[in-house]
Amino acid sequence: MCATHILLFSHIFPLTPQTGYVILHIEQTFGLEVSGVQRHILHVDCNKFYASVECCMNPALRDKPVVVGGNEDARHGIVLTKNEIAARYGIATGETLWSARRKCPDLVTVPPHFSLYTKFSGMVRGILREYTPLVEPFGLDEAWMDVTACRQNPVDIAQEIRQRIKSELGITVSIGVSFNKTFAKLGSDYKKPDAVTVFSRANYRDLVWPLSVGELIYVGRATRQKLAERFIYTIGDVAQTDPALLQSLLGKWGPALHAIANGQDRQPVIPSEEAAEAQSVSNGMTTPRDLTDDRDVQRVLMVLAESVGRRLREKHLAGRTVELHLRDTQLNTRTHRITLEHAIQATADIESKAYALFKDSYKWTRPLRSITVGISGLEAEDAPCQLDMTDSAGREKRQQLDRAVDSLRERFGDLCIRRAILLEDPDLTGDSLYDTHTVHPTGFSGKTDEIGGGT
Amino acid sequence: MSRKVYVEVAAVFTPEGQIMPRQIRWEDGTIFAVDKVTDIRRAAATKAGGCGLRYTVRIRGQQTFLFFDEDRWFVEAHGPG
Repeated sequence: MCATHILLFSHIFPLTPQTGYVILHIEQTFGLEVSGVQRHILHVDCNKFYASVECCMNPALRDKPVVVGGNEDARHGIVLTKNEIAARYGIATGETLWSARRKCPDLVTVPPHFSLYTKFSGMVRGILREYTPLVEPFGLDEAWMDVTACRQNPVDIAQEIRQRIKSELGITVSIGVSFNKTFAKLGSDYKKPDAVTVFSRANYRDLVWPLSVGELIYVGRATRQKLAERFIYTIGDVAQTDPALLQSLLGKWGPALHAIANGQDRQPVIPSEEAAEAQSVSNGMTTPRDLTDDRDVQRVLMVLAESVGRRLREKHLAGRTVELHLRDTQLNTRTHRITLEHAIQATADIESKAYALFKDSYKWTRPLRSITVGISGLEAEDAPCQLDMTDSAGREKRQQLDRAVDSLRERFGDLCIRRAILLEDPDLTGDSLYDTHTVHPTGFSGKTDEIGGGT
Repeated sequence: MSRKVYVEVAAVFTPEGQIMPRQIRWEDGTIFAVDKVTDIRRAAATKAGGCGLRYTVRIRGQQTFLFFDEDRWFVEAHGPG
């Protein structure tokens, strides 16, 4: 189908939500923008999401400074999010709880209730989907919407959504309205809480260009520093810089960043059911005490391998690349990876490969504080492959063992059967990670994919 | 200060797919008949916390709210328990 066909289609059939979605889908699929219809993109961002949900559920907290924080005894004692009152004390997300309490002695700390946040997130998305099926979640607390084909004015839609979420769920949102995803997200960050911001073709040079380049979703600290070395500080600076110079600084992302800064972000809003499948499956753990020897590491690797393996098997996936992230007590982080000849999903295989990678790469310069194990290079578990004839029997046995263990845990709980190594130091290995892996708000984990080469 | 009180409710499932409360059993065991349901909408329970399907009901001539959250009913009660 070519552009001519699309133009003909859009002129013959009037723009309705149904025909509008067809045109947009065709444009998105073929990377075209020929219908002449400007997109209306909303980005909805729940304000201080975890803390807002806690305050909604417990009105006694509403007039107090509140943070939602991890378990201090397990060395997860950091601020996951804070409410507006706590924010006024300068408390930052990711800060340790003891540091937060020094800033605000009356601080109330609430443990996280992830099942509750997931429930509220589902309710927010339910409201959004009443307006358009083109809803793309981004973490639990954010989502883009493409309302181009809706009859209603996009700013009216945004205001209606804002008010409905407040009255129906008791939490507030900030919404950005624009003609592309990047600017819509900037809009939701622009005014908080409980606000709607419009970045149009008429005003984006005045409102978006003065913003720091670090405000852009793909720009992290390393990229910001690279640009600052060339006196490029704002989004407007990027927009007015020669794309060839940006390419020399940032590689292929340079021209892409230039286009984004000029409002030419053409990324479509991809509904969640079409969103890209997982690129990797991983689990990490900050241990309750420092790890000082190989046996400690083996124990932790087994905990992580059990969770990663089980999640892979549930999705009927296997992976060829094993990744290992190590963080020592000085918070230095190193990443190591190895690509295998055959994809793996068995717990024992994941643990043994990760441990081999560890032995090859870490020389115990310092104790370790946290470890993450991931499997990428994913493929279907039954994808055709060249069998390793030296280990095919062993591999089959390990898979059978895992299937039996997974089945028992489904019926009787994660702790009904455990590997002996995990009983050697229960304080270190704790309970199963399987039920506790979560998707945090993006604001908690910082930038996701950083362009231009992060550290 | 309001508190959230979960209550036992006898309800009717209508042919149209609605769930309509007919009786409420209070904490002390007293059963109150729901005279009328005047409004049903999603709403936050701003006094007791939480949210759900909020039924505006009339009981013994008084209007009050009854919330249905997933699979439980609650009211916003005044005073301590």
